[in-house]
Amino acid sequence: MMEKERIKKESKEKQTRKLPGEGLSRRNFFKYMGAGIATYFVWSDYLGATLISGQEEGHPVADQLSSWIHLSASGEVTVFTGKVEVGQNIRTSLTQVVAEELFLPVSSITLIMGDTQLTPYDRGTYGSLTTPQMAPILRKAAANLREILLDEARQEWKLGTVSLQVEQGTVRHPQNGKRLAYADLANGKKLLQQMDDNVPTIDPSGWRVAGTSVPKVNGREFITGKHRYVSDMVLPDMRYGKVLRPPVQGARLKALNTEKAAAMPGVQLVREGDFVGVTAKDTRTAAMALASIEADWERPPQVSGDRLFEHLLQTADNGKAVSSQVSNAFDSAAHQVQQDFEVQYIAHVPLEPRAGLARWSSDGLLEVWTGTQRPFGVQEELERTFQLSKDKVRVYMPDTGSGYGGKHTGEAGIEAARLSKATGQPVKVNWTREEEFKWAYFRPAGLIKVRGAADKSGILSWEFHNYNSGGAGIDLPYAAAHKHQEYHRADSPLRQGSYRALASTANIFAIESTINDLAGKVGADPLQFRLNNLNDKRLIAVIEAAAEAFGWNSRRPDTQHGFGMACGAVKGGFVATFAEISVHPQSRELKIIKAVTAFECGAIINPRHLESQVSGCVLQGLGGALFESVAFNEGDISNAFLSSYRVPRFKDVPEMKVILVDRKDLPSSGAGEAPIVCIAPAIRNAIDDAVGIRINRLPMLPAGIVPEA
Amino acid sequence: MRINVNDKEYTVEVDGNPSLLEVLREQLDLTGTKYGCGEAACGACKVLVNGVPTPSCITPATAVQGKSIVTIEGLEKEGSLHPVQQVLLEEDVFQCSYCAPGMILTAVALTEKKKPLSRQEIVEGMNGNICRCCTYPQIIDALSKIS
Repeated sequence: MMEKERIKKESKEKQTRKLPGEGLSRRNFFKYMGAGIATYFVWSDYLGATLISGQEEGHPVADQLSSWIHLSASGEVTVFTGKVEVGQNIRTSLTQVVAEELFLPVSSITLIMGDTQLTPYDRGTYGSLTTPQMAPILRKAAANLREILLDEARQEWKLGTVSLQVEQGTVRHPQNGKRLAYADLANGKKLLQQMDDNVPTIDPSGWRVAGTSVPKVNGREFITGKHRYVSDMVLPDMRYGKVLRPPVQGARLKALNTEKAAAMPGVQLVREGDFVGVTAKDTRTAAMALASIEADWERPPQVSGDRLFEHLLQTADNGKAVSSQVSNAFDSAAHQVQQDFEVQYIAHVPLEPRAGLARWSSDGLLEVWTGTQRPFGVQEELERTFQLSKDKVRVYMPDTGSGYGGKHTGEAGIEAARLSKATGQPVKVNWTREEEFKWAYFRPAGLIKVRGAADKSGILSWEFHNYNSGGAGIDLPYAAAHKHQEYHRADSPLRQGSYRALASTANIFAIESTINDLAGKVGADPLQFRLNNLNDKRLIAVIEAAAEAFGWNSRRPDTQHGFGMACGAVKGGFVATFAEISVHPQSRELKIIKAVTAFECGAIINPRHLESQVSGCVLQGLGGALFESVAFNEGDISNAFLSSYRVPRFKDVPEMKVILVDRKDLPSSGAGEAPIVCIAPAIRNAIDDAVGIRINRLPMLPAGIVPEA
Repeated sequence: MRINVNDKEYTVEVDGNPSLLEVLREQLDLTGTKYGCGEAACGACKVLVNGVPTPSCITPATAVQGKSIVTIEGLEKEGSLHPVQQVLLEEDVFQCSYCAPGMILTAVALTEKKKPLSRQEIVEGMNGNICRCCTYPQIIDALSKIS
């Protein structure tokens, strides 16, 4: 067979052949990948553990791999990672770090992401972990591949330990100027090396591709409508599925009449216990069939929104005893602030609602395409639901229409798989907006109780309790003589889960509001009070950068204008937001005039995309700060539509300024979460500054009108 | 029924009174037009009907007979992008990009009426389109560059 043909055949085969589950032997690897040079990395190296077991020929089992990079005999570089793209533009930033180390243009690198058969296991794309964890791994893996290529070139030219130059995918001979392309070096070889953790990588101060605003790598696909999100995908003989929903979570089916739906031509009915669904040739027919089904449900008693905070407090863990030092210091302090904060449930509202497409093959393989932040988690859910082994379930995760922490699960994919199994044809289930509101999960609601005391010397006592929303961001960044901080689990009336920055938004709202109020009592400038009590130089640096850009020391343009600020450190990101607002003297209407945010997350990989993440967080945060809230009554979500659940729009955008602090001397961390946490307290403190009203709830002003004192 | 989409004539089925969105996506496989809310509140499904940005999710397919429809797939002419697409691509505006087709068609109609657009005109004209990644400032800056 001709070499070219063989490669073509192999690359075709690699699409269909399963990953060698027995272990990653050299022979298996190249049978699967095609010839070339590859370098891989195992999680246990990164985590510093020594748990490698079940090795074959000294190589780890597939599940322990975190990523690998393969250079084919035709010079193609393919990176395999279990991370996924949901709009944070990591496909671009990860490509950049690989391009940097390999001296290749971005366009010559392909990333295979979140395909459970082709990519190594990954727990999920969340927690701002891609940049701090995956980017350094891929950087090192690419650097390792480069070092292998240099070694191969030295051998080819029979050179000793001379140093060689790399340029645009070639290695240059030190004397005669001849070049060897990467493809020539990889051709006919089957070299597989575990990454050397000590491989030299290019220092960020010398970056030429990383650190620059490389445009979204597949941007044209999106701008022309060619990219297929899962909701757009079509398979031969595919049918459109719909699932019957109870009126509320937890309801049980009492009676069902499907006669009308069964009589509709081309409609297939599926019933498995309380799971009832239909499939049809198009969405319209499926929706009409679903609407014709009569069902009677038994509704469990549920807590309504008007009793939410009372319920959280009643059902919460008691927690630990507060030490007498904390309470005594509070009681005896010159200035005290004691207040409660209420935080409502909010919805993620990804513009692409959940979608799943499923196909069962005659050999028992289940394939599911779904937009999820955890493709391997969905694979496990499917294994459990259908009692399948891992090698019989393949989940694909094409670049998806956003998540914000709201797509950790795989509901639509599982529903599609159930309908497909029952009907024997591929089925796509696209959730409606109403389904996305009612059947996904929410950012937790929470009640926060704070008692803080201070005098001119600093914070004397700090007692902080979060009920239900979570422990993220609960740590006071300021020095305090005595502290008690605690998260109390409680019973949540609604289904809740992850949301961008988790509970940091709620906790930092309460912290930064209370610090503002303590500064007021002490008679200190809120900025100076913070600086006096902070030790973290990175946090201080972003505060100072934002303060200067904002003009904190300038005069309010009018008496009805207010300035407010907040800061926070979340998951390796340091953020400060300063806001200017005005309150109309007659109508009391709130206007957000300006929001200035400074952000630092180590060495910046892509400034343009980082800026979008920061401004996107601030503006998305504006919704939860001012008007977003899930209304519910005995389990019914009463604002499950975009006409009744308001999200930020163009008209809500204030004058925005984003200052990116680039620390090339520090490792890069994530940016998808931290910048969301300061906008709410900055606005709250600005309203206090303008009119002396302190609003201790999120959302603060659903109607946009500031109450009179 | 016959409809004209991107200068092409198609025969489509209208039994059950499907929306224009359903016909475009499911019968013509023009999936660039997105579903976002089903009630004309987000702009993801906007297409041009006789040049007017129209939410295809609440428009019955039967209502566009004899009219000319332009979807995102019809903007590129002989391999060159429409100036609105071009500027949004060059300015590298989008994150998840699911809102992009609706945003682009709305902006195409806006720029056909007037160029250059002031910030206020962009905000007014685009306010019916939601970007959940909130790339609004980037979109405003990019569209204000079209002259």
